[in-house]
Amino acid sequence: MTDQFAVRMVDITKSFGSILANNKVYLELRKGEILSLLGENGSGKTTLMNMLSGIYFPDDGQIYVNGREVTIASPHDAYRLGIGMVHQHFKLVDVLTAAENIALGLPGGAVVDRKAIGRKVRDICDRYGFVVDPDKKIYDMSVSEKQTLEIVKTLYRGAEILILDEPTAVLTPQETEKLFAVMRNMRNDGKSIIIITHKLNEVLEISDRVTVLRKGEYIGDMDTAKADARALTDMMVGRTVTLNIQRDEPVDPQRRLEIRNLTVKDKEGVTRLDDISLDVYAGEILGVAGISGCGQKELLEAVAGLQPTQSGSSVKYRPTGPEGPAEELIGQNPRTIAEKGIRLAFVPEDRLGMGLVANMTLVGNMMLKEYRSGKGPLVERRHPHELAEQVVRELEVVTPSIDTPVRKLSGGNVQKVLVGREIAMGPTVLMSAYAVRGLDINTSYTIYKLLNEQKKAGVAVIYVGEDLDVLLQLCDRIAVLCGGRLNAILDGRTATKEQVGYLMTNMKDMSGEEAGA
Amino acid sequence: MNNHEPLIHIARRSSIAWWKAWLIRLASAVLALLVCALFIYGLTNLNPVKVYAAMWEGAFGTSRRMWITMRDTAILLCIGVGLAPAFMMRFWNVGAEGQVLMGGCATAAVMIYLGRSLPTPALIALSCVVSVVAGALWGIVPAVFKARWNTNETLFTLMMNYIAIQLTCFLVAKWESPPGSNSVGIINQRTQAGWLPSLMGKQYLINVILVLAITALMYFYLKYTKQGYEISVVGESENTARYAGISVRRVIVRTMALSGAVCGLSGFIAVAGSSHTISASTAGGRGFTAIIVAWMAKFNTFVMILIALLLVFLEKGAVQIASQFGLNDYASNAVEGIILFFLLGSEFFIQYSVRFRSHGHRKEAEEE
Amino acid sequence: MTQIISLLTSAIVFGTVILYGAVGEIFTEKSGNLNLGVPGIMYLGGIAGLATAFFYEMYAAEPVGWIGLLLSFIAAFAASALAGLIYAFLTISLRANQNVTGLTLTIFGAGVANLFGGSLNAMAGGVGQISVATTSRAYRAYIPALSGLGHVGQLLFSFGFMAYLAVAVALFASWFFNRSRVGLNLRAVGEDPATADAAGINVTRYKYLATCLGAGVSGLGGLYYVMDYIKGTWSTDGTIEALGWLAVALVIFATWKPARAIWSAYLFGVLYWAYNYITGLSRASIELFKMLPYVVTILVLVAVSLRRSREAQPPKSLGLSYFREER
Repeated sequence: MTDQFAVRMVDITKSFGSILANNKVYLELRKGEILSLLGENGSGKTTLMNMLSGIYFPDDGQIYVNGREVTIASPHDAYRLGIGMVHQHFKLVDVLTAAENIALGLPGGAVVDRKAIGRKVRDICDRYGFVVDPDKKIYDMSVSEKQTLEIVKTLYRGAEILILDEPTAVLTPQETEKLFAVMRNMRNDGKSIIIITHKLNEVLEISDRVTVLRKGEYIGDMDTAKADARALTDMMVGRTVTLNIQRDEPVDPQRRLEIRNLTVKDKEGVTRLDDISLDVYAGEILGVAGISGCGQKELLEAVAGLQPTQSGSSVKYRPTGPEGPAEELIGQNPRTIAEKGIRLAFVPEDRLGMGLVANMTLVGNMMLKEYRSGKGPLVERRHPHELAEQVVRELEVVTPSIDTPVRKLSGGNVQKVLVGREIAMGPTVLMSAYAVRGLDINTSYTIYKLLNEQKKAGVAVIYVGEDLDVLLQLCDRIAVLCGGRLNAILDGRTATKEQVGYLMTNMKDMSGEEAGA
Repeated sequence: MNNHEPLIHIARRSSIAWWKAWLIRLASAVLALLVCALFIYGLTNLNPVKVYAAMWEGAFGTSRRMWITMRDTAILLCIGVGLAPAFMMRFWNVGAEGQVLMGGCATAAVMIYLGRSLPTPALIALSCVVSVVAGALWGIVPAVFKARWNTNETLFTLMMNYIAIQLTCFLVAKWESPPGSNSVGIINQRTQAGWLPSLMGKQYLINVILVLAITALMYFYLKYTKQGYEISVVGESENTARYAGISVRRVIVRTMALSGAVCGLSGFIAVAGSSHTISASTAGGRGFTAIIVAWMAKFNTFVMILIALLLVFLEKGAVQIASQFGLNDYASNAVEGIILFFLLGSEFFIQYSVRFRSHGHRKEAEEE
Repeated sequence: MTQIISLLTSAIVFGTVILYGAVGEIFTEKSGNLNLGVPGIMYLGGIAGLATAFFYEMYAAEPVGWIGLLLSFIAAFAASALAGLIYAFLTISLRANQNVTGLTLTIFGAGVANLFGGSLNAMAGGVGQISVATTSRAYRAYIPALSGLGHVGQLLFSFGFMAYLAVAVALFASWFFNRSRVGLNLRAVGEDPATADAAGINVTRYKYLATCLGAGVSGLGGLYYVMDYIKGTWSTDGTIEALGWLAVALVIFATWKPARAIWSAYLFGVLYWAYNYITGLSRASIELFKMLPYVVTILVLVAVSLRRSREAQPPKSLGLSYFREER
């Protein structure tokens, strides 16, 4: 048994304060296999792997590498044992070059030999099919280039055991395919690989075996060949959940937002949103699909008055339908929009960094959008207090009290607080970005239910999502963004997953060699 | 459990009872006094208990000494209170020294140029206004650059101090009296024009009342007003502030104007209510010391009273032992430094719990 | 011509003091620690050197210049590094706020140094004005033959060894940050400690070492000031503090590049002394002149933030403490 396993982790326990992140977790990685570590966000996957790579130290339990019990007190120890981890947030120093980043922390002579590093990097690239420019500065690199560099970095250090933390989250389908090809090359070369993911299709496609965690506990493992999506979902969530999301026919949809020629450039002058024209109707849910970073954020922020736009852009708000009066939203900011009486709710992607103030209490956060109301220079506290109690009660927020800083709540409860506040303002337009990212299944369904209720109440709902299944089952129409441009608007009831996926990655009017794929 | 766990295990506390926090602070202050005692003993072979008694004498021994302690505490407190809104906004205003000096210069200018033409109440009102404007201006300049171009405010405000100091030196050379003395001397010594008046026979009572009023007002402003709420949102997350429709730039500039204004007002109190002269040492490093006061009080202006009093007590006490035992005044800075080191270090034990490997579990049990 | 040479010479002497301070601070800041205790550290370096030389000259039967030099040099470096250690312990191990800790160190250093500086005389039994003539002469020794070579000789060879050492240290630092392995690791620590940590770099050790050694180098500025600039005496006029802040300014002006700090330091010297060579200035306007180094530093600071050049920015994690298990 000593030779068969590259890694065995036995009874690993780790807690952060009062939160038990891992409870007696078991994991085995055989030599020369790709193991999926599957679990919902917050199930303790990353924590477990951070202990294998020396970022955290376990409170209890044993780790065996190649059959020997080891202590991994630092990333340095992990490297010595041939363990390398590619983190979700890349661990690269922006102002250094690729070669310098590779050299970081390595033993060697007093002077860094850039040439020798460059040579060895090219060797690794040739062997597995990577492309890396050793002299390129990190701040000039794309996300995919950075990820490639991260993998090359671990291989450079002689890693035999690779851990990839949700590597596909930031990649296009094509880039994902390339990554999987490289992973297979590495496995065939004898490397052992753990891939952390919560996407079932990836588990089934790439891995040999799968280990499932749920709420910090080890649930079980099985050969992928014997697994199917249903069984894995059951292991992941613990019980069968109805995959059906309710979707009613929109009642009397009236045009509420007219987005015309919306163009956004970022600080560096790169076009992020290119001439988007789009209508949003009251009483429907408009889905927005696209690979992350294709203009979703800019679209919502431009409507919300948070994003400077190029001239010619226009977003008309029509509270009473297409014939009624219109209000131009471009050129306004959240404050002037609110002052005009437009109730625009926005659940941003970055909940604690944008939608909420992490260190403030629930009550303090309830005040965020209404603190200006009321005359005089003083803030009014009674209403936010009642609102906080109401949100906690109605959305079943788990919190010690309404005077607890939201940073101490779990991800799902944080989102409930945010969505609860936005809905409480009685919006006419509700925009949400990745509203269920990182949430457990139950909370996700709560969110879907809330969105449907808003739709029923005649609110124009925009739902930016990443999970195509959810988009296809929840939304009435789906706008597909590709590289900052609007590629198509599909009917949510008739569109197929393949269709959306294809439109996300291929511009329609650029019919080239890829169109036949 | 294996034996290779790191010797010391550190974890952030989720919360701590307020009395425990103060107990830790008190313990560290006592420890600091012990170290200072060793320091003093090593230096002078004097009985530290006697030395501390002498310090108490120096700060509170006579009514006059007590009032001087109060006077200096008031100014230090006022500067600390001025820094509170900036720090709450996470804006590192280390430019209080300069803002105080500018306020002081403005006051001195009014007293010198208009001392004969205006009655004292008008002079006081005018210098009050002018010093507030001067201090605010000194705060606004770095704020505008921070707001517009994200220029590092710590370094900017630091440099502004020295511009203010040189400007003060320039004015002192211009106003010097008698000529050649390189000092301004007591302004309007005979007429006392523009001086803050005595209240109930106490020369500095009005300073203390003024500063306590500012302290209370600032507490109220930060905690209960819309602008105070905006400051804390901006301090926590600028993105959230933008999301909530708060104009981050305006809040930064407005808050720094306020911060500079209160510091400028401290300069006014220092000149019109205390020294009645102006020099590059009018602020006397208090602009820096106040940073420590404001930081350690965690933006709570009432806690600042306590810390300011402690620091001034140390200073006065050390001056006393210096003259009594033949050391020089700088002993106070050395002692102050040691005590501050301990108080700064103690915050760690309030924020984090530390347990050692061998008896880890027992220790942790105690903490709950 | 003579005037220009004399201006440049005094500018170099002046610049050397702040060059030490700045290069030391660059070491510290490259590790992510913003140590505002530079003035205090320079004070401590100055007084430690002076006191050591003083007691050596008092107790040695026949004081030898170079022994006094060696002893005081070591003492100055050690005392400053110790001050850096206090700062490092508080900010790294105890995670105290860097700005506040640095300012406290400045108060402490100024206090201790002036306390001893003012009392040395009394403690030694009232020997009158303290002076360490022998040691100071050793510090100020230069090669007469070379410095006699006209203006060029005077400009290049008329300084004590520490002026050249400062340039050497700055050049070494420049090589160290750009070419050496340890320097690269150190930069990673200051830019992004989590990344450095994940790469197996011992962040805590690097921060400690950089902060202590950086403080040691900064302290040499105080030593040079005491031994060379004011020729082995002590004065409690607060000049060292002003020079210390100027050293902090110089770090910004040089955009965290040690090689740039060399000529920048001399430029600061020129700006500072220029008033001496402009006729018809009143004493008041001289004070305005002394403002110049700070004004140009602000201009550089603003220019850097305007240009947003990726290479001219402060280390990204400057001023933040690092705690691995934070979440």
